[in-house]
Amino acid sequence: MAIVYEKSIGLTDVEMHYCPGCTHGVIHKLVAETLVELDVLGKTIGVAPVGCAVFAYDYFNCDMHEAAHGRAPAVATGIKRVLPESTVFTYQGDGDLAAIGTAEIIHAAMRGEKITTIFVNNAVYGMTGGQMAPTTLVGQKATTAPFGRSMEHYGAPIRMAELLATIDGAAYIERVTVTTPAHIAKAKRAIKKAFTIQEQGLGFTMIEVLSTCPTNWGMTPVEALGWLNDTMIPAFPLGVFRDVTKKEA
Amino acid sequence: MAKELWKGNEAIAEAAIRAGCRCYFGYPITPQSEIPEYMARHMPAAGGVFLQSESEIAAINMVYGASGAGARVMTSSSSPGISLKQEGISYMCGAELPAVIVNVMRGGPGLGTIQPAQGDYYQATRGGGNGDYRLIVLAPATIQEVVDLMQEAFDLADQYRNPVMMLLDGMIGQMMEPVEWRHTPATDLPEKTWATTGTGGKRPPNIINSLFIDPDECNRHNQRLEAKYQQIREHVIRYDVEGLEEADLLFVAYGTPSRLARAAARLLSEEGIKAGVFRPISVWPYPYDALHQAASRDSVKAVVTVEMSTGQMVDDVRIGVNGIKPVSFIGQAGGVIPTPREVADAAKKALGR
Repeated sequence: MAIVYEKSIGLTDVEMHYCPGCTHGVIHKLVAETLVELDVLGKTIGVAPVGCAVFAYDYFNCDMHEAAHGRAPAVATGIKRVLPESTVFTYQGDGDLAAIGTAEIIHAAMRGEKITTIFVNNAVYGMTGGQMAPTTLVGQKATTAPFGRSMEHYGAPIRMAELLATIDGAAYIERVTVTTPAHIAKAKRAIKKAFTIQEQGLGFTMIEVLSTCPTNWGMTPVEALGWLNDTMIPAFPLGVFRDVTKKEA
Repeated sequence: MAKELWKGNEAIAEAAIRAGCRCYFGYPITPQSEIPEYMARHMPAAGGVFLQSESEIAAINMVYGASGAGARVMTSSSSPGISLKQEGISYMCGAELPAVIVNVMRGGPGLGTIQPAQGDYYQATRGGGNGDYRLIVLAPATIQEVVDLMQEAFDLADQYRNPVMMLLDGMIGQMMEPVEWRHTPATDLPEKTWATTGTGGKRPPNIINSLFIDPDECNRHNQRLEAKYQQIREHVIRYDVEGLEEADLLFVAYGTPSRLARAAARLLSEEGIKAGVFRPISVWPYPYDALHQAASRDSVKAVVTVEMSTGQMVDDVRIGVNGIKPVSFIGQAGGVIPTPREVADAAKKALGR
């Protein structure tokens, strides 16, 4: 019988710790497949964050460097500047990238660091148990916003893709999701494009992936997919926000 | 070779490049900004990387990444900036990565002042970051010693896979002195087989990490680190002692205050009092045994610690002397430097004269 599908060799055999219904596993798979398809796995160094993906260093089948909370873009900068021919990516959550590591991501983009950031936005701090994130929606409940995020108290969620798209050093910025097969295919194309642009040395690239957190959202996996599609996407519109490979109109 | 006049901060940068450092990340802060400025001018010609970061936090994390990727790398800052680097220093110790970190100390706490001080001794030797870790801390007293120690600092970092801090007071960074560039060959160092340089499809992935979620595993990691620190305690002690013969009194001081202590010893000799000067060069590991031996001499009646702080290293002096002789302290903080006369008077008081 012919083999029609196999787990990517870009992933190790270590069993992932992610919760049922969480989309981190899908996103890991897309990154791993991309590294294999572009034939860069052997020269890739990944930078793992602090947050749900903290053990990513055990899952990707390439050299990995675990960073302090929010510092992945600085760590990636150090690696890429030493090894300019290597492929370097960071894999970060919303607390890591949009709260404690805001300065690091903005300045990595400003310098046009030739790295790819996979930004997993699930509107909540997952690993620590469902606290409010900078991307938590107004009205969304979190353990540190038990009555829902108040606009008056905390402001509105930050849209990092749009923000980073204003920076000249950014070469490619897109927001995708992985809630349907069609979205997954589109996310794969986005991730592949970002890594391709990194290989071309055009600048900083980031793919923001809207991701589910059934555990901390208090939903079933199916409900979580629906909530993401119906509630998160309107607040975080999907699309390409910057693409230097396209000529300005 | 002929001597050249060098400013401390520029000498340390040049010495780093000569020691094979090819990667520098830093952020401006007085009184050490001549280090990044010198690196910006000279690192490109040496084929290395100079990058001014958005913060000291980013700088130390760039060092963390670059070191993981196998580079000989350094950063520098001054007291408040070194505070910001503590997180990264703790991670580097946990992940066992080599680097050299230069602290050109100024007065504190908080924003303090830009003048020379030694108020970061506890932070450097006790650890300002979280967890059980140690830095090798070298404290030169002249610019010649700065450049001589730089090669050793990088080599020790690689040998023990541990960050090394060069602990200077602002006086050493800002003043100029004659320097002779001596060729110090690098020692035989192990290959960095652990570095994250890409597997090339030829080996299993390397992982740079300080997370050990299982407490037993984390404890084993800590015990293994402690065994390494014990090796360092046994092999990396550096100190200098002079004027010990028939000394009535022993000064203990590192960095600029050791030079004040020598000046005070000259004043005292005019009054018929003989003072020796014990100068730790490694302040971690601290030369407790050598200090104890020096203080044990029959002629020594008192031990006087001199610091540009309100008294931090004096704790280590008390540990070393261990009660066999009275230990007293003279110091000024916040950018004020004690005068040789003040130091000499403190010595006389300690001797009951």
